Amino acid sequence: MTKELRPLFEPKGVIVTGVSSHPGKFGFVALHNILSCGYEGEVFAIGREESIVLEQDVLTSLDSVPQDAADLMVLCTPVEVNEEMIRRASEKGVKAVFCAAGGYSETGEEGLQAEQRLVSLTEELDLVLAGPNGQGLVSPHVGLCAQIVAPYAPKGRIAVVSQSGNFVSSFLNYANQTGIGISRSVSAGNAAATEIIDFLEWFAVDPKTDVALCYLEGLDDGRDFFERVRAITKEMPVVLVKGGTTIGGQRAAASHTGSLASDSKIFEGMARQAGITHTQNIESAFEVAATFATQPLPSGPRVLVLTTAGGWGVVTADAISQSSDLVLAPLPNDLKESIDELVPPRWSKNNPIDLAGGETRDTIPELLSIASNHPEIDSIIQLGLGIQGNTANLVRSGNFYPDHGLERIVDFHERQEKRYAEASVEASLTSGKPVLVASELAVTQPKNPMVLNIRESKRLCYPSADRAVSSLNHMVRYLNWRNGI
Amino acid sequence: MTTISESESRLIVQESGIPVSRWKVANSPGEALNAAKEIGFPNVLKLNGSSIAHKTEQGFVKTNLKTESDFTAASEELLDNNIPDSNLLVTEMLSGSREIIAGMIRDPQFGPCVMLGFGGILAEAVADVEFRLAPVDSYEARDLISSLKTSKLLKSFRGEEALDVEATIDLLIKLGALAEDERIMSVDLNPLIIVGGLPIAADALVELKDVIS
Repeated sequence: MTKELRPLFEPKGVIVTGVSSHPGKFGFVALHNILSCGYEGEVFAIGREESIVLEQDVLTSLDSVPQDAADLMVLCTPVEVNEEMIRRASEKGVKAVFCAAGGYSETGEEGLQAEQRLVSLTEELDLVLAGPNGQGLVSPHVGLCAQIVAPYAPKGRIAVVSQSGNFVSSFLNYANQTGIGISRSVSAGNAAATEIIDFLEWFAVDPKTDVALCYLEGLDDGRDFFERVRAITKEMPVVLVKGGTTIGGQRAAASHTGSLASDSKIFEGMARQAGITHTQNIESAFEVAATFATQPLPSGPRVLVLTTAGGWGVVTADAISQSSDLVLAPLPNDLKESIDELVPPRWSKNNPIDLAGGETRDTIPELLSIASNHPEIDSIIQLGLGIQGNTANLVRSGNFYPDHGLERIVDFHERQEKRYAEASVEASLTSGKPVLVASELAVTQPKNPMVLNIRESKRLCYPSADRAVSSLNHMVRYLNWRNGI
Repeated sequence: MTTISESESRLIVQESGIPVSRWKVANSPGEALNAAKEIGFPNVLKLNGSSIAHKTEQGFVKTNLKTESDFTAASEELLDNNIPDSNLLVTEMLSGSREIIAGMIRDPQFGPCVMLGFGGILAEAVADVEFRLAPVDSYEARDLISSLKTSKLLKSFRGEEALDVEATIDLLIKLGALAEDERIMSVDLNPLIIVGGLPIAADALVELKDVIS
């Protein structure tokens, strides 16, 4: 049964323990982050000394917290006092505990025992326990940053769970860079009571989440994970990066098959079988998750490439041909005829559709609209946008601006870029198909009006066509898996 | 864990419905020759016993025996090794230029898994194997076959028929189903020779869980 994690991610009030006036201590940082990111619920600070920290009264006992005013307690106090804290908090109506404090099973036998006591106590009191030894959780839809570190992230549809807090931060950093936001994020810490799979199961029923993004190192029970995750992937894509190798113990000694098996080989097969979107690195994991979160799922493998100039299209067509699950769509005749009416005859007459500079002011939006609605096209990769914005950028910073008619032309270029970006989003929304815009300007010139407009539409401008192809390939593989089961 | 003889392994594999090359056990050179005549020439002769795991490395396999005299000489040579609790196994000599390998193991993390890989003399260098958790259904088995990097080499090639994918799917499903028997710890089908498109096991090795008596 899915564990109810709402009190963790949407608490009506939050208690932070271990608050002191030292700005370097976890309790202080957690309090600061909760108070600074827009959380609207009530916040209670508990510390050893009565004082005012960050304009907040520090209470010396949970007794002073009103009944049922908070669902979540973030523990930043030492091991010795935490069990007592939990008992008192439970009496006050707290439903969930995030134990950021360390000193548990990661430290040895004694810590392990303390952790086991924490687990049985929270079980007895019917509380959700996350952590211990985790950096915290973020829930932007309620403005909550209950973390002992940075960063916070914009609102979105990706839910992050990680066995390493560092990678929570990495994913949130990418969210800030790209503007593709998250719904929840949590560092599982020692995962004493709430494991990665419990979080994933809740994300699957969370109305704020469309895709899960997960960093995993080891599993206590691989078979259980497999059975449960493949029920989740039927409902929601799960993007996963696996770090490290787990030493599984001995396999059948004399078996040749056993000698060919490795943990990573078996994990890879398991992931594929469970419909997990398994990526090889953190960066692509984020991009693929962002793609699932912001583009509709295609209904087939046929990709159309649109470009304003040659080389980009050629390289992208190569990448599609070499991909495992995508097909470079044969250009349908009726689409060809429609394009003939739009542009001069020097265009490529093939997929990639290379306009060879023949486009006029309305060509790209019109073409996007016709192509995306064609029944034999499942998705589009659009290249070569941003050129006019790039020109505008150079002209604007040159010696002659704004005279000689330059102001007008810069204005025109920038408006055109806005139109292109809007047209790509519009085509995708109207047709219900993915339209991915790729350009290195996404990172080389993030203020390019095309890039800015894509960002404003809450979509990703892919830093290269290869990366757009890779994300799209993962989508189609997931689609095939879902259709196959 | 205990490895059992090839003949006992073949029985288990064959009973599950996986095709194996035709075979017969013999306890003397005379019996073996009769078996050879029944199976036909050329054929393969192996020493058969539970203590013999890596037969080829030890020279306990004689292949491509074309005549009765070749065959008799081979059976005498094998028996001269005086391996306790062993007898002779005569099998047909499958002819096909392509081989695959398949197996089942129990992984400590994920439980029973089936394996499929590229076989033959280049198998180790190519190192193309894929695993899936057992049991597998036909979609998963098909995906397993197509996810091999060398799956293209299993298409029709120089007059040889393409690997029969449906038959291979069936084989993988049955291999996975062998894991339902908790005594079976691992199965190696190494190699499976592709004959007219059909993968047929030319060797089988099963490990059983030790029974505590």
